[in-house]
This record gives sequence, C-alpha cells and structure tokens, in this order.
Amino acid sequence: MHAQRKEGAVDASRRRFVVGGTAAAGGLALGFHVPFGGEAHAAQAPDEVNAWVVIRPDDTVVIRIARSEMGQGTLTGLAQLVAEELECDWNKVTTEYPTPGQNLARARVWGNFSTGGSRGIRESHDYVRKGGAAARMMLLEAAAQSWGVPAAQCAVAAGVITHAASGRRTTYGAVAAAAARLSPPRDIPLKDPKDWKVAGKPLKRLDTKDKLNGRQVYGMDLKLPGMLNAAIRDCPVFGGKVRSFDAARVLSMPGVRKVVRVGDSAVAVVAVTWWEAKVALDALPIEWDEGPNAKLSSADVAATLKAGLDAAEAFVGHRAGDVHAGLASAARRVEAVYAYPHQNHATMEPMNATALYTPDRCEVWTPTQNGEAALAVTVETAGLPASKCDVHKLHLGGGFGRRGAVHDWVRQAVLIARELPGTPVKLIWTREEDMLHGRYHPVTQCKLVGGLDAQGRVTALHMRLSGQSILAGIAPQNLQGGRDMVAFQGLLESGDGTLGYTIPNLLVDHAMRNPPVPPGFWRGVNHNHNAIYLECFVDELAHAAGADPLEFRRRMMGRHPRHLAVLEAAATRAGWGRPAAPGVFRGLAQHMGFGSYTAAVAEVSVSAEGKLKVHRIVAATDPGYAVNPQQIQAQVEGSFAYGLSAALYGECTLKDGRMQQANFDTYPVMRMDEMPRVETIVMPSGGATWGGVGEPTIAVAAPAVLNAIFAATGKRIRTLPVKAHDLRRA
Amino acid sequence: MRTRGAANNNDSPEGTMAELNVNGRTVQVQADPNTPLLWVLREHLGLTGAKYGCGIAQCGACTVHIDGAPIRSCAVPLVGVSPQQKIVTIEGLSSDASHPVQKAWLALDVPQCGFCQSGMIMTAAALLASKPRPTDADIDAEVTNICRCGTYNRVRRAIHVAAGSASAELEPPARG
Repeated sequence: MHAQRKEGAVDASRRRFVVGGTAAAGGLALGFHVPFGGEAHAAQAPDEVNAWVVIRPDDTVVIRIARSEMGQGTLTGLAQLVAEELECDWNKVTTEYPTPGQNLARARVWGNFSTGGSRGIRESHDYVRKGGAAARMMLLEAAAQSWGVPAAQCAVAAGVITHAASGRRTTYGAVAAAAARLSPPRDIPLKDPKDWKVAGKPLKRLDTKDKLNGRQVYGMDLKLPGMLNAAIRDCPVFGGKVRSFDAARVLSMPGVRKVVRVGDSAVAVVAVTWWEAKVALDALPIEWDEGPNAKLSSADVAATLKAGLDAAEAFVGHRAGDVHAGLASAARRVEAVYAYPHQNHATMEPMNATALYTPDRCEVWTPTQNGEAALAVTVETAGLPASKCDVHKLHLGGGFGRRGAVHDWVRQAVLIARELPGTPVKLIWTREEDMLHGRYHPVTQCKLVGGLDAQGRVTALHMRLSGQSILAGIAPQNLQGGRDMVAFQGLLESGDGTLGYTIPNLLVDHAMRNPPVPPGFWRGVNHNHNAIYLECFVDELAHAAGADPLEFRRRMMGRHPRHLAVLEAAATRAGWGRPAAPGVFRGLAQHMGFGSYTAAVAEVSVSAEGKLKVHRIVAATDPGYAVNPQQIQAQVEGSFAYGLSAALYGECTLKDGRMQQANFDTYPVMRMDEMPRVETIVMPSGGATWGGVGEPTIAVAAPAVLNAIFAATGKRIRTLPVKAHDLRRA
Repeated sequence: MRTRGAANNNDSPEGTMAELNVNGRTVQVQADPNTPLLWVLREHLGLTGAKYGCGIAQCGACTVHIDGAPIRSCAVPLVGVSPQQKIVTIEGLSSDASHPVQKAWLALDVPQCGFCQSGMIMTAAALLASKPRPTDADIDAEVTNICRCGTYNRVRRAIHVAAGSASAELEPPARG
C-alpha cells in the first residue's frame, strides 16, 4: 500500500489508508496449496481476482506481496513472477502488503510472511506464479463467457484480451469483477522459465521513486492523529534489571506526559515529541540491578570458547571416513585456530514501532521482516485474542536479520501503549540503544586440523567449531537433541548449504558454548564464519602443499560441479593465473548457501605502512533461476559492502557485561572511499530448486579478501576483524 | 541574529518561538532552542525525508542544505540557524524529482532500502553544485555517508551521470 500514498497524506490519513486498503476486503481465494495454508472462503471483493491479484476498473494491477521489502528487491522480484504468469501490463503494476491479521483470518492464504534466510522468492516462486496464472485463466474465461466463445480462442497480451476470429477486444479491468466470481482453475500450468518476458529481465525496482524525494514512509516517519512519542533505555548489562528510577525529576520537563517501566529491565519516557522524550530520558536517574553478568568481558567469552576447541563432547554435523586415522597417517599435518566476534546488524533505521492499544483492540505499525511473528508478539503482549490485533508492515530501513526472528521492540511498544489506552505511541530507539541491545552475530572459534598426503592432497580434515548457537538463543524448539544444525551452514553433506569439497576423512563438529549475549540471524548467518574458517584454511593447506589455491581446490571438487563452475567463472574473469597489476595480489573463495553457489576473487594491495586497499572483486553466483539479474547484481555488490564492513571493522566487545560500541564512531563500517569495484557474473543453471540472493555472496567476501591479504603480505588473519592487525610485511 | 533563531522572545515551557526559512518558505517553530534541526524538521514541520541514523553526525542520513552547504542536521541546534539562512531538505530539492541527481538516481535504480538515500542525494547535489565534474577522489572525500545496503558503487556512478560524464544506461551483470 506504500506505493499508493497520496502526497501530504503521511500522517492523518495514513492509518485509515493502511487499514482500508484493498487487502482489507475479503475475497475469493485459490484452491492451490500454500504452505501451512488452506482454502479461504471469505466474501469476494469486486476487483479481487484472487488473493494475489486485484485489478481495478482502470486496469491498474495490484499485486499482493507477503514478504517484506527491506532493500533486497523481493517486492519487485515477486511482482515480476506474478506478472509474468498474469500477462498484465508491467507499467500498470503496483503492490501492497496484506496484513498478518488478514492472513490469519483467511487461513494463511498468502503463506509464510517470513523474510529471512534469503527465502522470499525461493520458497514462494511456485505459489505466487500460480496465483498470477490462475488469475489470467479466470480473466480470459470471464471475457470468453461474455463473448460466448471458448476461452481457448482468446489471447491476452499486456492485459488486453482479444478474440481474433471476431475482432473483439477488452481489458483486464473490464472483466475483473466477472472473473472474481468464477471458480478458480484446478490445473494451473506454469511457463517454462526460458519463455519468460517479465521475470528474468533486469527490470527496475517498483519502489524507487518515493525514495528520491523523501516521500517513502518508514516506520520512523509514521504519524498518527494524537500520537505521542517514546524513548527507551533498557539495562545496558545483559540480564540486568531496573532497580529504581525517579520519574518526578523529569515529569515537568517540556512535553513529557508519562514515565513508564517497561518489563523488568527498561524505562521509557513518553512525550509529545520524540526529542523531548529523549532529552527527558537522558535526565532521568535510573538505578540498575546489573545482575549476574555485571563483570562479563569478551576475554571471558573467548576463554570459554577456547576450551570448547578441545572438548571431548561435540555435536557432529558432517562425518566421512575416519578423521582420526586419516590425520594419524597423514604425511603432513596443518593446524590453525580462527575466531569471529560478536557484531551488530546496525540497520540504518534504528528499531521502532508505533502501537495503539485499547482494551479491545491492539494495532502495531512497524518495519518487520516477519509480520506474523510481530503479530504473535503483539497478541501475547496485549493479552488480547489474535482476532483483535493486527500489525501493519512499513517499509524497512534495513533488516539484515535484525527485524525477523525476535521482535523485542514491538513488545516494548505494546507494553508502553498499554499504559496509555487510546493513544498511539511511537517508540524509537536511539542508535545507542540499538547498538547495546542487538541480536548479535554469534561469537565462534574454530580449530582446523588438516592432513596432506605425500602428493599434497587433502586426506583428512577436522573442523571443530566452538561457540554460540543462534537456535539455542532464539528457537530452542528447533534444536535436534540439543544439536543446532544451522551451526553447520555451508559445511553439510546435503541441503541448501553443502560443502563443495570431497575429503575422504572428514569431521565437522560443534562444541556449543552460549555466552549470555542474545544471538541473532545476521545477514549470511553462520555461513559468514564457516566460510572464513574453511576457505582460509583450505588456502593454508594449498600453501603448505605448495599448490596454486585454485588448482588445489579443483582437485577436491570433481563431485561438486556447480560449486566449481562459479569458482572457475570468477577466476577466469579475474584473470587468475595471469599476473595482476604491480603490487596487487589475488585471493579467492567459494561457498554454497541458501541454495545458491557463489565464488569471488579479490584483488588487494597493502602499502608499506600496512594500509589495505581492496581494488576489485569479481563475484559469480548461480541461484538456479535469476528473476531479476539487475537486482541480483545490486545484492552482490551490497554483500561486499556488508561482508567487508564486517571483516574489516565489525566487532562488538563486552566489558562489564555490556557492549562497548554504541554508535558508528566506535563501530565503523565501510564507506564510499573503501568500496571496491565489483564485477558480477550471474550464471543461473536451472534445476529443481531455486536459490536465494540476498545473503549467499556475503560468505565469500571476507575469505577472498583475507586470502588476498595473505598473498600480499604473507600474513594469515585468523582473528576478525582485520582492523586489529598490523598488515605491514613481516 | 547569526546564532539565534528566535524571532522573538516568546518563551514558554514548550520552548522558544523561532523563525526558519525552509524550502523557500518562512516558518515559525516553537521548540527548545537546543533541539537539533533534524528533529525540528521531522517533528515540528513534518518533513521526514531527512532521517535519524546516529545523532552524532557520523552517518549523514540527516543531511540537508544550509545556504547550499551539506549539513548533518542532527548536530545543528535550532538556535544555531538564523532566519536568513536558507534550509533545503530532500522535499525541497525539486518539486517533481527533476533535479539531475534525482534523475540519475532513478536511471541507475540506486536505492535499496533507501533510508540513507535522502542524505546521499543531498550530499551529492551539494557536491555537484560546488564541483560540476567531480572526480572519484572528490566523491570519496565529500560523500562520506553510510549506506549499509551497499549502494556505494551505484551512488558513485549516478553522481557521474548527473555530472554528464557517464552513461545513464544500467549495465547488466555478466553472464556465466
């Protein structure tokens, strides 16, 4: 619905608009299967052909999007898939989000709302295309019936239906209401992707214009009539609580309306403007009970993880042959220990939500990667039935996993709103709050022991991960007998993140060590460190064997043709095997994650003073199917900005139980002057499964650059981030 | 009046009445004089195009023009702006997204999440106003805004497009 906001309607009309959009109307739903969903039989709106497609009398096509747009382009890609099958005029396409409450009321006709794990397109391409195809069939049937001819004699192009024999012609907008009254088809054939005309093309995004003139409404920009604003401070120490606060000291400050205790651990000030709330919060005396972690430091966490590297007990993720025998009989053994720190997502838009609570209804407006999860938190916190709650998704100022699995800020907003029934309250976190209360990239270490035979071939590899489990912290119900299979992303034998090497004696295991720091899914998730550990260590093995890193990998990749194909493509384009420019050195890496195969070659130089410059990246990706190559290119480029920010700078350190990095001055990220040129190769190879795009490439960003740093300096960076290291040649 | 935005001394518990020139219009604002310009724009004037990202002039999402210069409005108090100074926000850069920077941004499909883009566009527009044909080094030096999605390469190219020194055609990725 964001695409339809009228100028000047940001505030007063926003709520009415959000709740009054076309998705609010019931409608006919298709009989095809959607995940967890059944058929819905709500009353039909006049212009809703089916749950995915609404066509207005003026031929405007509204495509419903269940997943959240946060910059990754899923809104455009999903619309392309629907439009491809619908055969509508792409220039007349607009989009809207159904709400999670509507999804619930209609038996989850729109399926899963979750927008993480690079699954927006890869998990819903089938049913959204069927939504478009079924609508096309019904629209054609409606036209055919009105003309008294068989539908098979009618054709459609760009939303115009024709009957060649009689020369008759109509448009989708004219027959949409009649189509909506028809029964949906049972068999819904889909096009062969090689016949695509809209999907698969490098179309521009549908959501750009409002981002160029300030009109795009982010959660932070929402304004409702009579709304107040809240600023919040949660105990900076993990596990700490509020002991006391002195509200009287700030209640008379300008604009202040209320000081609210939020759960056990936080205090919020509610004021007319957010700035007034923030100023009063800064002046509010708060005493904390810092709890059991008051002395916790990063060194403590590192010591715990280090002990896990040699612990007798560990969960097994991937085993082949006999690693101990293989290592014992190896001609040569190589051993290394790596470490990866806590990191914050640092979305550009800090967490925020607006909540309106009355004793019989609660509504929330928030940027979320999972509207249904946000609704669940709203329902639980409001203490109302789900049918009396709803969440309105707003465009996200970045997500990267922070806004998906855990909706701590939504809980806070509803708790605050419960103290002011009937008044909408917008809660905005400061950047400092955001940095101190993240859902952090898990902290891990890894010990790798590799065995080479006399010919320099890898005969054995033991990869012992030690550290934090995201599932244990967020979704312990998904552990398997205590084991977190997600911890092995990219290292598994089967699934959507497989190991690209055949090693006769292999053991990948995980000693789970969970510090009291809340973990989260962080763009790329466990692939990020797993790919660094494996791809940098393989480089170490190649060096030990005196082999070229590409050739060394190739020998282990005979049974992994898609992993190898992207690696070869990146290497070839980068000119691997031919000299780079003077002073420039190359490194490479390959990985598979989220169903996609990725590889990168990095070209770097390191000055005599130890200053790193990443000059050029060549990146290849095989996502199976490329719905929009132009958007894939943007995601690949962005993956290097995000992944290299993490590799070069990303680190949240604990001292006295709290994170020390509170803003971008102490949590630096890559800026324009450091961004390398990125050359993207998109090489979809088809197949049964579709891969994701938003995350997979991040995995290869860091190891390619780290391996290039080794080539340039002879130094192995085994502890991230790079900023802590002296890169001058030894 | 150089350091005082107040047009009169009509103080009240809710602040001081101040006069500003925003997007070519003179407006009255009643707010605490220490309120950052960013929050005056967003909460008193309803101009939410400038974004809050850090509050300490690090990220540039709040960039507006003051007398043509790119200024991080989160770090400028209301009292630091005089009624004579001309403030331009993203909403006032053009009436119809026709500024060359906006057109270049559209041609190259620059934004991803878009949250930083108001600041990027205002920074780029100010750079081009002072250096009509900026070099890559000029862009590196002047466009220090943070983008977490990683639009930097498209931002750079779009600045060259707006300067007339690069093609506005999107270059599709290579095929394997």
